[in-house]
Amino acid sequence: MATKMAGSTAEIAAHEIVKTNSGKDANKYVADAQGRFGGEFGGRFVPETIIPALDELTAAYELARADPAFQAEFDYYAKNYVGRPTPLFFAEKMTRELGGAKIYLKREDLAHTGAHKINNALGQILLAKRMNKPRIIAETGAGQHGVATATACALFGYECIVYMGEEDVKRQSLNVVRMKLLGATVRPVSSGTKTLKDALNEAMRDWVTNVADTHYIIGTVAGPHPYPTMVRDFQRVIGIEARQQHLEETGGLPDAVVACVGGGSNAMGIFYPFVHDETVKLIGVEAAGDGVETGRHSATLTMGSKGVLHGSASYVIQDDYGQVLATHSISAGLDYPGVGPEHAHFKESGRAEYVSITDNEALDAFQWTARSEGIIPALETSHAFAYIRKLAPTMSPEQTIIVCLSGRGDKDVDAVAARLGLL
Amino acid sequence: MRSLRGWGFFNMQHRLDSTFARLKAAQEGALVTFITAGDPSIEGTPALAAALAAAGADIVELGIPYSDPLADGPSIQMSSQRALEAGVTPDTVLQMVRDIRTHTEVPIVLMTSYNLALKYGLERFAHLFAEAGADGAILTDLPPEEAAPWKTAAEKHGIATIFLIAPTSTPERIALIAKNTTGFIYCVSRTGVTGTRTELPPELQALLSRIRSASDKPICVGFGVSQPSHVTQVIKNADGAVIGSALVDFLHETDGQPGRREKLDALVHSWKAATRET
Repeated sequence: MATKMAGSTAEIAAHEIVKTNSGKDANKYVADAQGRFGGEFGGRFVPETIIPALDELTAAYELARADPAFQAEFDYYAKNYVGRPTPLFFAEKMTRELGGAKIYLKREDLAHTGAHKINNALGQILLAKRMNKPRIIAETGAGQHGVATATACALFGYECIVYMGEEDVKRQSLNVVRMKLLGATVRPVSSGTKTLKDALNEAMRDWVTNVADTHYIIGTVAGPHPYPTMVRDFQRVIGIEARQQHLEETGGLPDAVVACVGGGSNAMGIFYPFVHDETVKLIGVEAAGDGVETGRHSATLTMGSKGVLHGSASYVIQDDYGQVLATHSISAGLDYPGVGPEHAHFKESGRAEYVSITDNEALDAFQWTARSEGIIPALETSHAFAYIRKLAPTMSPEQTIIVCLSGRGDKDVDAVAARLGLL
Repeated sequence: MRSLRGWGFFNMQHRLDSTFARLKAAQEGALVTFITAGDPSIEGTPALAAALAAAGADIVELGIPYSDPLADGPSIQMSSQRALEAGVTPDTVLQMVRDIRTHTEVPIVLMTSYNLALKYGLERFAHLFAEAGADGAILTDLPPEEAAPWKTAAEKHGIATIFLIAPTSTPERIALIAKNTTGFIYCVSRTGVTGTRTELPPELQALLSRIRSASDKPICVGFGVSQPSHVTQVIKNADGAVIGSALVDFLHETDGQPGRREKLDALVHSWKAATRET
């Protein structure tokens, strides 16, 4: 079915296993049996009702992961449906303007549905098929994961229900229409802050109720074990390709890899295949909203503290008593008070560095990227671009940066137009 | 310090275990009533808990409100939201427990999400709440696999660690949860969130039999138990019934109305009477 591609996920997975099972720090970047990263982050903090479903999912995923037929099926759809591999594009104008490191863009915006989210939705729908779960639920913030899940469900003929905060339904209306056209039911969530975290709460409550026939496709590297590992594995195709493409193009590895971080799936996807390449700096860019000092932000790793949210131990934006605080970001996809536990581990171990970018800086970078490269990036992704505007000039022309261009910005055009007075 | 710990442990044994022993001897089930600490009001909560006990509640569950509960339906979510808006924190609840103890010796079981206890400090949480007079805690999103640090702290201070068993729990998990539980086993009647339902699921009795064959610890059933007829059905094979959302809704709807205390007494009496119909 699938032709053998250089750098297919199965091939690289084998390479990673060899890497991770040797040496003193053998399993430093692999979760333990309880889904703990670095012994501290991750795990399973959910109601008992869904623990057996997580056990079932873990077992099904372990089988699938070791099954070449599953990998071949994933690779087939990744190639012929999603359009992988996505290109690695040398951003010549940006590079010249910033006058420092060479900038390469990993074009996940060119994946079908316009963002990296489809990689995970595809992997999980193939898994749901194996588990005979006919009903699919998902949460969404920016709507990209909702669209990706609705797309995968349309392709494979599954019932699809997407939970989305009322606030996000308003600011991402294009994606709401797309989901409906794809046959999904969009359920607006009016509890709490009416954003991504509440959509996740509501999806979790649906799952607790309908666990027998339902698979929950979590859209990021958060949630209870095995989600952080599983979603990372489906997304690491980004980094596997980017690493290979960069090697082919330049003969070496990049000096830095930069990606935006909300829950953290595109970042983990591109970071992970580089974890053992110690010379490669991994930099995650969080949303500083109005500025981290104002309290109106979503910079969980930068400003949060250790806690448990949505099933895993990680960093959380919370008050002194552990109540989750309202967050803010111009980008719905980053407007989340939690973050994937493996990022918490990367922060703690120093393997990755996390910085933050304000709404205004992201808005500027949104326009700058459009004019510089003829690419309108998602507002989420614009945070990564805003950071390389600061980073690249501090580096030398012999050095290179890969930016994960996680998604396209069509969905944000209305919000940006309103904010900039373009209409 | 040592004697204080011993005293805490004795209390837990005394209040929860002696309650179940007394009810067993009387051939009654336990009526467990849940209220959210601080809803309808912070000042009224201690007196409310005492009123429930006086009217026949055998155990009072006190919910510490959390911003993002995963296992709660609309009634308790909204109740938690109201309590949070009124300014309830774990510290407020600690004072409420102390105040309740000036009125009554009814066993008090805390119910909340793990993050609140974690952030408070597991050791500090167990220590202070035990000292205030709480007897046990249900952390709804903490399965036994993740509970070692909490169990250590709770055991040290004599707080019962009450874990939940769900209809989806496998026999292996039922055994694991039963082993880790002290006080009583909380059996979730159905897959789903908290909230009133018209009927109990038909599979409940089989689930109770499975738990019974794995453990001789007391079992209380909650989630969807709201009417006296439900209570009667539940205690056929269990040791107690937990009323939550129905009571929370009643308290919210009748808040400030004349004659509420009488209505509340009548409601509690009707549930309690059902625990005697074996």
